[in-house]
Amino acid sequence: MLLLRYRGSEGMVAWAFHRISGIAIWLFVLLHVLDIYLAGGNPNVYDDILKFYASTPGRIMEVLLGAALLYHGLNGLRIMAMDFWPRLTAYHKQIWYANWVIFIGVGLPGAFVIMKPAFGW
Amino acid sequence: MALYSRSGRPKPQSGGFELAAWYFMRLSGVALFFLAFAHFSLEHFLFDPSQESATWIFNQRWNSLFWRSFDWLLLMMVVLHAFLGMRTVTMDYLKGGKRTFALTALYLVGAVVFVMGTVVVLSVPLTMPS
Ligand code: HEM
Ligand code: HEM
Repeated sequence: MLLLRYRGSEGMVAWAFHRISGIAIWLFVLLHVLDIYLAGGNPNVYDDILKFYASTPGRIMEVLLGAALLYHGLNGLRIMAMDFWPRLTAYHKQIWYANWVIFIGVGLPGAFVIMKPAFGW
Repeated sequence: MALYSRSGRPKPQSGGFELAAWYFMRLSGVALFFLAFAHFSLEHFLFDPSQESATWIFNQRWNSLFWRSFDWLLLMMVVLHAFLGMRTVTMDYLKGGKRTFALTALYLVGAVVFVMGTVVVLSVPLTMPS
C-alpha cells in the first residue's frame, strides 16, 4: 500500500495523516452539501438530519471532524511554509511538534464546548 | 528531488495545468484556513447544532448577502480544493482504464456538488427583517 510506503519517520506519518484527514473531510462535505440542499428543498427532512448532528453520537463525530480539519489545516500551513521557504524544511520535525501543541491547545477546549450539551451542561 | 520530507506533493516541474493545480491547492488552502475554521466555529462555538433548523438558516443566516457570499465562497474553495486533492489521491493509486473511469466519476460528482450547493444558496428567498 502506498499509504504505508516509507517516506521517513515523522514526515511519513505527517503525510499519511494529511491524506486520511483530507479524504475524511471530503466525505463529510459530500454529505453536508446534500443536507444543506435539503434545508432549501425539503426543510422537514433537513430538520430530522439536524437531530442527528445535535445527538451524542453526532457530536462525537463532529469532534472527530473538527480534529481532522484542525490537523489538516495546521499541517497544510506547514507544507506551504516549507514549499515557499525551503530552508524551513531543516526544521520540519520541530514545526510538526509545534502543530501538535496547537492541536491539543485548541482542540481540547473545542471538543469540550462541542460535547457540553451531551452532558446537559 | 524529494531529499526532505514535507508531506505535500512536490512542485511539478512541467508547468501548465499541473503547476497551476499545485499553486491553486495552496491558494485555496490559505483561504480555507480562514473560511472553514470561521464556519466551523460559528456553527459550534457561537451557535450550536441543536438550534440550527432550516428556519434558523433562512431567518438568521441567509437573511444576509454577506453570509450568502461567504458560504458560496467557502463552497467554491472547498469543492475545488477537495476534488483537486482527491484527483491526486486517485492518480496515486489507479492507472489506465480504472484511472480514467474513477476520474470521470470524480469530476461528475464534483460538478453535481457544486451545482447543488450553488442552487440552494441562490434560490432560498431573501427575507427582510421586520
Ligand atoms: C483548513 C484549511 C486547509 C489547508 C491549509 C489545506 C492545505 C492543503 C495542502 C497544502 C495540501 C497539499 C496539496 C499538494 O500536495 O499539492 C492539501 C491536500 C489535500 N486537501 Fe487540504 N487544506 C485545507 C482544507 C481542506 C478541506 C476542508 C478538505 C476537504 C474537504 C481538504 C482536502 C484535501 C485533500 C483530499 C488533499 C489531497 C491529499 C493528498 O494528496 O494526500 N483540505 N491540503
Ligand atoms: C459539523 C460541523 C458543521 C455544521 C453543524 C455545519 C452547519 C452548516 C449550516 C447550518 C449551514 C447553512 C448556512 C450557514 O449557517 O452558514 C452550512 C453551510 C455550509 N457549510 Fe457547514 N457546517 C459544518 C461543517 C462544515 C465544514 C467542515 C465545511 C467545509 C470545510 C462546511 C462547508 C459548508 C458550505 C460550503 C456551506 C454552504 C453550502 C451551500 O451554499 O450550499 N461546513 N453549514
